[in-house]
Amino acid sequence: MSLLKTVDLTKKFGSFTALDRVNIEVHEGEVFGFIGPNGAGKSTTIRILLGILKATSGEATIFGKDVWKDAVSIHKRIAYVPGDVNLWPNLTGGEVIDLFVKLQGTNNRKLREELIEQFKLDPSKKCRTYSKGNRQKVALVAAFASNADLYIFDEPTSGLDPLMERIFQENVLKVKNSGKSVLLSSHILSEVEKLCDRIGIIRDGQIIETGSLTQLRHLTRTNLQVETKTPITGLEKVSGIHNIAGKDLSISLQVDTEQLDSVIKHISDFGISKLESAPPTLEDLFMRHYEGTEKSSIGTN
Amino acid sequence: MTQSFENCGTLMRFLIRRDRIRIPIWIASFILITFLVAEAFHRLYTTEIERQGMAETMKNPAMIAMVGPGYGLDNYTIGAMMAHQMLLFTAIVVAIMSILLVTRHTRSDEEAGRIELIRSMPTGRLANLSATMTILIIVHFLLAIGIGFSLYALGIESMDLEGSLLYGAALGGIGIFFSALTAVFAQLSENARGTIGLSIAALLLFYLVRAVGDVSNEVLSWVSPLGWILHSKVFVENNWWPVLGTIGISLLLLFFAFYLHAKRDLEAGLLPARPGKKFASRFLQSPTGLFLRLQRTAIISWAIGLFILGVSYGSIFGDLESFFNDNEMMQQLLAANEGVSLTEQFMTLLMKIMAMVSSIPPLMIMLKIVSEERKNRIEHLFSRAVSRNTLLGSSLIIAILVSIMMLSLTGFGLWAAASTVMEDPISLMPTLKAAFVYLPAIWLMISLTVLFIGFIPKRSSVIWFYLSYSFVVIYLGALLQLPDWLGNLSPYHYIPEIPVEEINLTEMAVLLFITVSLSIIGFIRYNRRDIFG
Repeated sequence: MSLLKTVDLTKKFGSFTALDRVNIEVHEGEVFGFIGPNGAGKSTTIRILLGILKATSGEATIFGKDVWKDAVSIHKRIAYVPGDVNLWPNLTGGEVIDLFVKLQGTNNRKLREELIEQFKLDPSKKCRTYSKGNRQKVALVAAFASNADLYIFDEPTSGLDPLMERIFQENVLKVKNSGKSVLLSSHILSEVEKLCDRIGIIRDGQIIETGSLTQLRHLTRTNLQVETKTPITGLEKVSGIHNIAGKDLSISLQVDTEQLDSVIKHISDFGISKLESAPPTLEDLFMRHYEGTEKSSIGTN
Repeated sequence: MTQSFENCGTLMRFLIRRDRIRIPIWIASFILITFLVAEAFHRLYTTEIERQGMAETMKNPAMIAMVGPGYGLDNYTIGAMMAHQMLLFTAIVVAIMSILLVTRHTRSDEEAGRIELIRSMPTGRLANLSATMTILIIVHFLLAIGIGFSLYALGIESMDLEGSLLYGAALGGIGIFFSALTAVFAQLSENARGTIGLSIAALLLFYLVRAVGDVSNEVLSWVSPLGWILHSKVFVENNWWPVLGTIGISLLLLFFAFYLHAKRDLEAGLLPARPGKKFASRFLQSPTGLFLRLQRTAIISWAIGLFILGVSYGSIFGDLESFFNDNEMMQQLLAANEGVSLTEQFMTLLMKIMAMVSSIPPLMIMLKIVSEERKNRIEHLFSRAVSRNTLLGSSLIIAILVSIMMLSLTGFGLWAAASTVMEDPISLMPTLKAAFVYLPAIWLMISLTVLFIGFIPKRSSVIWFYLSYSFVVIYLGALLQLPDWLGNLSPYHYIPEIPVEEINLTEMAVLLFITVSLSIIGFIRYNRRDIFG
């Protein structure tokens, strides 16, 4: 069942099209990774989902309700952490956490204390004195201390140290295990790979790829490292091979996943002494989509 | 030691680049307004009889409290009029310019972390402060020269070159004084808001001390730098020493600022920061509570300030009373209304001014919602279970309550002080009534702000122009004999001057109708627009 759904979501700022018919869907109980470079439209999408920006056209619903009209009732069941957390300089972290949790409509003192402990935050300090990472911790503690059904994170770990990043990931898995859903916009691909069930990739306001990580991998290439007894020849005649490196007896290459069978057949004629295969990392995926239209058109050849 | 000032010149050029529009606009406005007012005085008060008539009204203690003690009243030339009626007011605005410019280049930059970047380069510890202060001194020098020569250029007989230059120098001197004072406060407070707050509070205090001093005790006036520059008695005696003294004391303050700056850590303040609460009070946990909490200090400061303003005006009522009793000419001038004392008539003018000053805090409260939006903090609220109506509505309610509170305090302050010093005291209820009658005008200003927040959030601070406009046409309107329609454009114009005039229910109903309509349209638009930031 889908918890969050957008249909042809479009947003224009004057003549500039920030989002162009975006379709994403987050199912119940899953972690959806939303990735894309700066300015691709991730935050704009999220801000429309929060009813802060009004969509120019298209539909967006959360829990089956319209994100603009029913914003307040939707927000009672969601928790949000922005990428750039600005707080009131003259309030303390503790005060802001309490305010946020209260405004969302829940109150769990015990969980709040646990989270403050986990994230190693000093709640008695004024927000003015917090670093970027500490401000983010305030927003994260408030979000995880809220009793929500959907958690929306916009690049939540950009200011956190690796230890805190792990705490964040643990908490995401914890809410996921209790059946909650998460929309995670991120730049840290290893994090997305670790946490997300499905991902959507956005570029220039358009969704260019969406699906589970396995599905996306399937669409792409496998990295092969091959050592053979005799030099491999005739590779140029086999389709689906890219980026050949190395020479003679030891080469590395990338193979379109659907062509794997014919490629292996071809190279096995040369006497394989060693074969290593690695699935494409999300980074490979990401790079293929972002290195401009030129390279991605090679990919579809 | 010389290393402390490394790259000061580069920073000065950078500073000029950043303010290449802002500073010329400030200077040009001062020169233009001074020039225009002097020209208007010259055109309007051509005969000696007219000028002496004006001089007579200036002996009134209320006027002394507002614009300073009159001098040269026996021969009230255009020069004497200018120096008496305009110098103090222009000085206050020059002081505000200094406060804003100095804060902008010292504590604001430091708070935003920009000074850290500058300091990571081979620049001296004191380079930024010294660059800022050098530019400010140059700005005030140019201001002094510009105003001096433009007044002289008018060719008015009573305004000779020396007097004109002294007039400019007095303004420049007060600017340098407040620049130096702000530089000191920028070391004490660790944020820009605090720096501006302390500086403006000092400015108000100096004004009030001088007002009370000029009316009752001359020694007190000597505590205030605004009192010092008035002792230059421009165009009458042309005393240079008070201006030179002001600049001398400014230099001492400046050294003190440098000393404090050299001593402290970057981004730290010298006023201690206390550890805060670990939990939010029950009160804080709602949008209304949050907005009240964020503006608590501002509201309390304004409440105290306005009460003091009321008390200051009230404290001159005793002198005012005896002045009216002794002065036949004034009795003839104002005797048209039966059953209303002269002091009560004068009170209506004071009420108008106090009502306009009381409008500032409620408007600030309304505009807070936009500054929160600009600082990207409002999304924390809207991404939770808070509707736009709730947030705008709670701001509106706070603004309305604050408007009532501020008017009560000024009215009460005025009455409390007046009743102790008068032989035939005014009573509380009519005083409060005369104050509260201004509520519809203030509410109209508030609802206009709501409309701006809905339609032009990024430019919603234009409401300040409208308030300043109202202040200028109502305050200077009679003095400069401006056409009536200019005054008609201000909501404060439609408020009856109680107890001199009666309440006109139709006018009040129209004002309230406009208020409600503007608010509703503003709310509808606010619900429909994107939140920027």
